[in-house]
Formats: sequence, C-alpha cells, structure tokens
Amino acid sequence: MTTGSTEKVNGARALIKCLEEEEVDTIFGYPGGQIIPFYNELYDSNLRHILVRHEQAAAHAADGYARATGKTGVCVSTSGPGATNLVTGIATAYMDSVPIVALTGQVPTFLIGNDAFQEADIKGITQPITKHNYLVQDANELPRIVKEAFHIASTGRPGPVLIDLPKDVQNAEIDFYYPDKVELRGYKPTYKGNTQQIKRAAEEIANSCMPIIYAGGGVISSNASAELVELAETINAPVTTTLLGIGAIPTEHPLHVGMLGMHGTKYANYAIQESDLIIAVGARFDDRVTGKLESFAPNARVIHIDVDPAEISKNVEVQIPIVGDAKQVLKSLNKYIKRCKSEAWIEKIKQWKKEYPLTYKQMSSDVIMPQFVIEQISEACKDAIIVTEVGQHQMWAAQFFKYKNPRTFITSGGLGTMGYGFPAAIGAKVGKPDKTVINIAGDGSFQMNSQELATAVQNDIPVVSVIINNGYLGMVRQWQELFYDKRYSHTFIKGSVDFVKLAEAYGALGLRAERPSEVRPAIEEAVTSGRPAVVEVIVECEANVYPMVPAGAAINEILDTEEHADTPCAMPDLRTAKADRILDLEEQ
Amino acid sequence: MKHTLAVLVENRSGVLSRVASLFSRRGYNIESLAVGVTEDPKTSRMTIVVDGDDHVLEQVTKQLNKLVDVIKVSDIGGDEAVERELALIKVAADVSARTEIIQIADIFRARIVDVAPKSITVEVTGDEAKIQAIEKLLRQFGIKEMVRTGKIALVRGPKKV
Repeated sequence: MTTGSTEKVNGARALIKCLEEEEVDTIFGYPGGQIIPFYNELYDSNLRHILVRHEQAAAHAADGYARATGKTGVCVSTSGPGATNLVTGIATAYMDSVPIVALTGQVPTFLIGNDAFQEADIKGITQPITKHNYLVQDANELPRIVKEAFHIASTGRPGPVLIDLPKDVQNAEIDFYYPDKVELRGYKPTYKGNTQQIKRAAEEIANSCMPIIYAGGGVISSNASAELVELAETINAPVTTTLLGIGAIPTEHPLHVGMLGMHGTKYANYAIQESDLIIAVGARFDDRVTGKLESFAPNARVIHIDVDPAEISKNVEVQIPIVGDAKQVLKSLNKYIKRCKSEAWIEKIKQWKKEYPLTYKQMSSDVIMPQFVIEQISEACKDAIIVTEVGQHQMWAAQFFKYKNPRTFITSGGLGTMGYGFPAAIGAKVGKPDKTVINIAGDGSFQMNSQELATAVQNDIPVVSVIINNGYLGMVRQWQELFYDKRYSHTFIKGSVDFVKLAEAYGALGLRAERPSEVRPAIEEAVTSGRPAVVEVIVECEANVYPMVPAGAAINEILDTEEHADTPCAMPDLRTAKADRILDLEEQ
Repeated sequence: MKHTLAVLVENRSGVLSRVASLFSRRGYNIESLAVGVTEDPKTSRMTIVVDGDDHVLEQVTKQLNKLVDVIKVSDIGGDEAVERELALIKVAADVSARTEIIQIADIFRARIVDVAPKSITVEVTGDEAKIQAIEKLLRQFGIKEMVRTGKIALVRGPKKV
C-alpha cells in the first residue's frame, strides 16, 4: 500500500496502482489502439488479466465475477467499437444493480469531438445505463476519480461506473497519490433505517394474520440472507423471491414458496394476492412480478425496505417505507418482531403447495424433458453456482434447481440479456475457482457469445455449459404458440451448429445427451473432467414454461396447461439434427 | 400542476446533460430550465419548472437526487418565493407605433434596449403572468422575435434551500 506517499508515474501506471489500492486482483478485457499505454503497464503488473474474445464478454464476466464474489468487477476495452461493445454488459449490470467498473480507452483529449478514428462519445452513450461515469481530462485527477468510481459502484444501490481514459491522459506524468477517502457532496446513501419506521413495521407485522415476505436481489447484494431467514422464522411468514432474489432462502426451506410473478409458482402468486401484508426487501415491484398493477395484492398493506428511495412507491403504494441497507434494517427490525397469528395462513399455503405443485409432464418415455435436465444438474451438482442465459431454460433453472445459498444463482433479470450466461459463468468461476460453475444455456443464447470458449480454454477456466437444445428460440416460440396463433416466425434454429464439434474446435470437451439415461452421466463427466466443457442436451422441442401469467394479466390469472401435450412434436425429430444439416447443405 | 424546483448541482461539464436526459428518459416534461453559477463557484443552481402531479414530482425529485452530481433538490413552489423571468421581445415598430410601444413598456416597467428604423427591442423582467401580459399587448404590432430565460426563484426571507 502506498497511500499517503507520492511517486512520479504515468497515467496508465497510476491507474494500475489505483486498481491495486482497491484490491482488484483480476480484470477482464480486450486491448486496442487507445488503451495500449494501459496494457503496456499491465505487462509488468501482477494483476490477472483475462483476455476475452469480444468486449461484451468482458463486461459480463466482470458482472458474473461481482455477483459470485460480492466484490467489484472490472472490465477494460479500447475506445470506439471496444467501448460500444461493452454497452450491453454495462446495461445488464445497471438493471440488476451489479457493481462493476468499466475502463475504456479514448482518443487523445485534443482529438475529442473531431470524429477521430475509433472515437465514440462513450460517456454520453452510457449516461442512462451507468450509476455515474467520468471522462478523465487531467491525469492528476485520475486517482481521485478511480477512488470515487469504486466507492460509487459498490455502495448504496450498487451499479456500474465507467471511466473514459484518453490516450494522452494515460501517457501524462503525475505525482501519484491515492486519496484515503472520497468527498462527494451529492452522494450519501442511507444505510441505517429510521427507528420509528422500523418500530411501526414491527407493529404492522404483529397485527398481520396473512403476511408474506417478498425478497429481491437487494437481499443478495447486501448479504442479508441470514437476517431474512431469521425474520421469516420468527414471525412465521412465507417467503417468495424474485428471480434475482433466488438463493436468499434455501429452495427447500419450509417457509419458502418459490419465485413469484410471470413464471412463479402458483402458490407464491396466490399467497401474495391474498396476503394482508407484504414485507418487500430489496425488491422493486417489477412488471414481471406484479402483473396488472391495479389488481396486484388488493388487500395488502406494504412495508418496503430498500436502499434506493426512488424505488419506494414507484410502482406500488407503500404504507411503511424504510430506506436503508437490507442487512442493517433487517437486523434492527428483528429486535422488535414477534410471531404472527399466521398458523391458518401457513396451513392454507401448505394446501396450495400440495394442490398446485411445480411440475411438468413427461411427453414420451424416451424424450428428454428440459425440466428433467435441470433436476439432474440439481442432483449431480448440489453446491454449484448456476449461471443462466435468457429464455425458457432460464425460467426452468429458476424453478427446478434446489438452491441452498445466496450468490449461487446468477442471471440477467432486468435487461434479460441473451449471451450473458457463458461469459458471466467464466467471471464467476474466476472469482470462485473452488466452486463448480454451470452455465445453463439455450441453443439460441449460447450462440450469442460462444466465441468465449476460446477464453475459457486459453485461461483454463473449467466452466460447464449445459445447452438445453430444443431447436427453437424457445421463449419467443412459446409466446407465438400461445398468443400469436402458432405462427413461428423466425424462431426455428434447429441444426445451427453441432455444439459438440464446436466445443472440440476450441479445444473444450464436447458431450451430447439424446436420451434421458444419458443426461446424468454426461453432466458428471463434464464436471469431473476439470476442463471447459459443453454438454448438448437434445430436449423436447415444444415444451413450455408453466405456470405462466400472460403479460398484463393479474398474477393470479395463471396458465398452466400443456394443451399440445398429447400432439406429437410438429417439427422433424431433433435427434437427427446433424443429418438434416447435411441435407440442407446438399440442397444449397 | 406546475412545480418549481431549485436544484443545487456540482459546477462541472456534463451535469446539465445528465439532468436533461433524466427528464427525457423518464418521460417528465420540463416547462423551463435556467442554470447558472452560485455564490460558491463549485456549485451551480438550476431552476426547473416541471409539470406533473404529486407522484411525478416525487419521482422527479428522487431520481434527481440519485444523480451523483446533484447536491440538493427543493420544491420551492409551495414557499413564498421571489420568482423572476427575463424576456427580450423584438417588436415591429414603424415611427407611428413607436410611442405606443414605449408607453406599454413604461407601464410594465420594461426597458427599451434597442431601437432601429423598423423595430424596437423591449427587455422585461417579472413573473410569468407579467411576461405573458406584455407579450399579449405587444403582439398587435407584430413580434419579430422573442427569447425568455426561463424562471429563476429564491425563497423569501433568510431561509436557504
């Protein structure tokens, strides 16, 4: 640590020293013309740099690293196209409140605004998708800016911060001095909840007979799972989680009722609709959760605990707002609470659980059901970190894996970014090398960042991708089936690629499962191989995600029938995908 | 309903763009926005007039407060406040109309800041109603051009925002 002392260095070296001061050990990036000075200094540094194959993957990997570890992830790119390639990753992190710092090269200050080669106004572009961003115009300001960036990214409601670094700033000599603290007049997050409000919340809870705890990603990011479970057990209330809240309470905890919302369990949706009190913790009443707002939980009063005051009363009217960090607020709330008169309510929920279990129909004995694949992963890799892409497989992963701990389910919830899972899984594995990391993917999503197989192989990052291959962009196909008269416009992608050969081409392990009995051995082989691996599982092509609340409906108006369950799959047998592809090629 | 917000911000490049883009992204309507440096050179003050109900105002305030460069947001519409706006109005004026225009300006305690053979430019300061009133009276002569600063406001008495 060099805090307090000064030393003459160039801006690029200063940046590396700043990263060391922030105890960054790994960064994800891709070099280019305007970031060469930084990479030149990186050459002599002890920082681990993971070279990706597309900048988008660097941002997602930093995000996955951050979600798995709780630390701030860092990604680097050059100016122009390098920086714009980070945009989707930054937006993903912004929507899910993930702390990352993105460093981008920029053309020299004297060329900014000239439409110079590889110039893009990345500060302007990322303004609405960052928590804050900077263009460094004087190298002397660099240490202060980096200090502020890490502080802003990781505190309050976390989020991405971008620092744009013109090449001349990276080359300029400065007296390096790393500040001890930040001074930001306009940024003072509230952590400690108002005691009066907390006492009012406790009273409200004591008077409730049908309470429900609604836990979101904020519980995970503030490491408040233990406090959440204590609250639930003390007051005897069911807990439902959002997609990002999964892992806040173990799936098999008797008070857990699963995920709510569009693809939530029936009993979670019924419970929140009938509840008389919602205790929302680090959740934001997203439209995928509430369904039609006017008919959402009509009888419930709402206690809303959130570190971001702007989330309170944004969508749903809140009677008891508590602004603060989930962990701190729950800790102090837990001092005042007592058991509710909720026995009858808990009994009713148990009945619902029995009556409407989360289940699926085996369509025929030799076809692999996608939900079965998730169950097999759940049994074979009990303590794994599950990362997903976006689509049907993501929802099945949310529904059918039995989670035990926070930070073991990593998914793009808010933005819904296809192509997120694989690079995020690489980031998670880098952050948690001792954990098994499984990327549950769809055949569509995986193709959005499959080039990262090269990253995994080159850096020896043994992530296992299980591709649930149904030959469709399945979630869109499901909507087309249910709401667009089965007009499968441009969602059929069967035979895009032989995923086994694709993996092998990159030097990764490639395996395929085509019958139910092959699924478990393939997963186990991939996990124990210790290599980056792809397991392609050929599944029933028209399985749907149920239960489902259609967009805009009330969340107790639930579809859960497989209407087409008995009709054979309309498409040719997927198990001959390879043969079909050859035929297609011949026809051309 | 119209609200007047006094917003203290860091006096840095890019802050105005952050505030403006926040309004457009969240779909809030800015009626007017005036900005300038304060007694502290590190701080600028924006006066933003925004149209919307209480829910909109609450969200605008909270979202503005989330910006790192925003130091403080106060709704000063409810307070007793001095509110002013400045307008420059260029009126078509031949010799015959000139006297009447000058008389109107006098009544409004406005100033004539430019005279040319075929135009007169009037500078008027006041609240919104006053500016609207003089504009209406001058319209009969033909307004060639007009520019307004947008409202600025300070709470009366020793209280600061």
